[in-house]
Amino acid sequence: MSGLILSVEGLTVSFDGFKAVDDLNFYVEEEELRVVIGPNGAGKTTLLDMICGKTKPSSGSIRFKNRQLTSMIEYQITRAGVGRKFQNPSVYEDLTVRENLEISYPKKRNVFGSLFFRRAPEIVDKIEGVARQIYLDEQLGTKAGLLSHGQKQWLEIGMLLMQDPELMLLDEPVAGMSAREREQTAELLKRIARGRSMVVIEHDMAFVKMIAQKVTVLHQGKLLAEGTMEQVQADERVIDVYLGH
Amino acid sequence: MSNGASAVDGTGARSAEARRTPVEWLRLLGLPILGLLLVLMPLLLSEFRLNLLAKYLCFAFPAIGIVLIWGYGGILSLGQGIFFGLGSYMMAMYLKLESTTSDSSAQALSEFFGSNLPDFMVWNSVDALPWWWEPFHSFWFTLPAMIVLPAFIAFVLAYFNFRKRVGGVYFSIITLALAAIMSIVIIGRQGVTGGVNGITDFKTFFGISFEAQGVRTGLYFVTVALLLIAVVVGSFIVRSRLGKILVAIRDREDRVRFSGYDPAMFKGFIFAVAAVLSSIGGAMFTLQVGLASPSLVGIVPSIEMVIYAAVGGRLSLIGAVYGAILVGAGKTFFSENFVEYWLYFIGGLFMLVVIFLPEGLASLLDRFKGHKSTRAGGPQ
Amino acid sequence: MTFDIFLMQAFNGLSLSTILVLMALGLAIVFGLMGVINMAHGELMAMGAYTTYATALLFEKFMPGLKDVYFLVGIVLAFAVTFAFGFALERSLIRFLYKRPLDTMLATWGLSLILQQVFRHGFGPKEVGVPTVSWLQGAWAPTAVPGASFPLSRIFIIALALLVSFGVYLLLFRTRWGLRIRAVTQNRGMAGAAGINTERVDALTFALGCGLAGIAGSSFTMLASTGPVTGQQYVVDTFIVVVFGGVESLLGTLLSATIIGELQSTFEFLMTGSMAKASILLLVIVALYFRPNGLFATKVRR
Repeated sequence: MSGLILSVEGLTVSFDGFKAVDDLNFYVEEEELRVVIGPNGAGKTTLLDMICGKTKPSSGSIRFKNRQLTSMIEYQITRAGVGRKFQNPSVYEDLTVRENLEISYPKKRNVFGSLFFRRAPEIVDKIEGVARQIYLDEQLGTKAGLLSHGQKQWLEIGMLLMQDPELMLLDEPVAGMSAREREQTAELLKRIARGRSMVVIEHDMAFVKMIAQKVTVLHQGKLLAEGTMEQVQADERVIDVYLGH
Repeated sequence: MSNGASAVDGTGARSAEARRTPVEWLRLLGLPILGLLLVLMPLLLSEFRLNLLAKYLCFAFPAIGIVLIWGYGGILSLGQGIFFGLGSYMMAMYLKLESTTSDSSAQALSEFFGSNLPDFMVWNSVDALPWWWEPFHSFWFTLPAMIVLPAFIAFVLAYFNFRKRVGGVYFSIITLALAAIMSIVIIGRQGVTGGVNGITDFKTFFGISFEAQGVRTGLYFVTVALLLIAVVVGSFIVRSRLGKILVAIRDREDRVRFSGYDPAMFKGFIFAVAAVLSSIGGAMFTLQVGLASPSLVGIVPSIEMVIYAAVGGRLSLIGAVYGAILVGAGKTFFSENFVEYWLYFIGGLFMLVVIFLPEGLASLLDRFKGHKSTRAGGPQ
Repeated sequence: MTFDIFLMQAFNGLSLSTILVLMALGLAIVFGLMGVINMAHGELMAMGAYTTYATALLFEKFMPGLKDVYFLVGIVLAFAVTFAFGFALERSLIRFLYKRPLDTMLATWGLSLILQQVFRHGFGPKEVGVPTVSWLQGAWAPTAVPGASFPLSRIFIIALALLVSFGVYLLLFRTRWGLRIRAVTQNRGMAGAAGINTERVDALTFALGCGLAGIAGSSFTMLASTGPVTGQQYVVDTFIVVVFGGVESLLGTLLSATIIGELQSTFEFLMTGSMAKASILLLVIVALYFRPNGLFATKVRR
């Protein structure tokens, strides 16, 4: 029986009176791979934004391993062990793949540490290992800006892998990918999900079926349903939300 | 452990060498070439021209700083004159106090006026040395102060603003306003700052007369040495992991936070480095030109410093030096021949560089060698 | 300080504010709406002032009988000249730099230097002044406050600033053209897809901002004489006004200009004009630290 790594309780955020996330409770267990689905505007991305500190919640609590994330800022949350991949791949386009991965290495993140940073052998090994996992070992010297859309997605996942977070938040990791790339990404996610927890937002139901253990459905900032893929698909309310009003 | 590390470092260096393109070789040799050129100049130029060159080189310091903060860090400061002025005025205060206490004519003056205050204070009927002038009697206070004070002010300014996520444009406007404030205050408080005339008429430095044989050439060499050190330190920073993080912050600051960094800290640091460089440039300027003036502090000189860096190439540290020399020489040329066209020249330069040559002269080098390097460099 | 002096001081602050209001309105459109940092905005004001001056000279020479209306013609011409210049500037330079705000800053700074020299060549290095038309000479001395007198010319430019501000408000929020401007600045792609000629809107919007600086220049001639670097002395203040007011808020710009103008004239009571300016800039920078989005910014989802 594994414990909870993330417990979100009573989480609410409003933008000018519009409640993007409304009194939400959301729990993730250790080593769990959770998929969050829901129609546009359901509050999925906003939820991830609040967990990783990009957006400050209006009220509610986000506990990660018994630490309250709502009072921390982005880099502190990252250092605590939460990694985030954004909807549009955001990599450092002017740096090479190697440098992108190196920057994400989770040590020497202060000014003087990084000024006198040396690329030690274990770091070189780790960069090469990660590059192989994300299918980019041939592109280590390429500027990230020259990669294809799908490759940028992988690179950003690779940057998270370098950080080695205990909780990974992935926002639409297969958007803009070919069918072949989607399969590769599904394999990749299953492989890297071992030993850590993961929250994935995805629209592509075929892809969700490939990876999901448990699915959470959000609608208008609230929890609509939760369970296995089959349970959720059979749920009347979910069908309503997806098929019409 | 240490064995393993050095072995890998060795292979790392070798593989880097194998990937080096002709342009990179030129970059690598750029510093020795520049050093050699500058060292040979005293043989080629008259003392007057050499002194002018030394003056341009003083402006290369802030330009190098601007390459670091703007080219790499994405922070456009329109207020580097503030820090240039700090270095310049601190040096001037020290020199002025030395002149008033040691020089014989000053001694005579002080007997006449009944005080040994700096001349401009006497003219403005200031009757006591302000407290903040006192420590500048000591060179060993002045020297560290010229480093620490600008660094501290710059760090506080940048760190606290960027921690608040102030946008780049806002920061530029704030630095611009601060530069304006500083020059207004210097001009307005004439009695203690020398006002619009600045602080001038220094006699000696460490008891050595500025007019003594070889002093000017000696100061020139000190400037060149400091400048080369500045380029080396700058390229060390740029090549370090910190340099990569700066580029990352410049391009995607939000992402850097989620890689676990505090961007404000890095911006504060690099801004402080640029401020120190600017201050050193100011101090050397005062030493060699014999003047600290509000006209080197305000908006106009501060923005002009940006053009030095822009002409050379905002990503090229050595380019900043060439940029400062070229624009400086241009300014002298125009002021000696047709002064009324200078503003057309510098104004046109701003526009042309930004529109047609955003990476500066350094990019001409890349363009010239560009097609070769992409072939030879392979995946690089 | 007696009441009449206080009142006149406040009034002087208000007339200084009008220059800032007109300058800042233009900049709020160019910088706040379009995101263009035009460092030559001050020189556009000077251009407006010189246009007014040139109009005065022309009237004096060719139509001395009509010289009482020159100022009204001057205002219109100042707007027209700076509007046209702004349009040409946007088409030839600014539009290539929309994605590079910091570079825009440098390029327009270069332009400002060139314009200063053009003014110097065209009108000489000395400051020039315009005659006050007969119907603006004299002052209004309200009987209720003995001792106080308010120059008519200043009352006129205050009224002008209010009128122009109201006009800008109507234009932006009550006309189709304003709707287009707001649509383009908020979502360029969508606006384009909806059939709006975004390039044309860009150019006209920019030109409008410049034209307002021209009107500011016209008003300026009523307060002081114009020199080649007059504009440069105002550009930093204007940026500070816009930033202080919150770049997306026209009302904020108006209030911020008034506050800063009033502060300036109050401080001038205690110290020299330039030191007053320095103190105010410093105050605003400190205030901005606590409210980085300006005094009147609205919270938006980013």
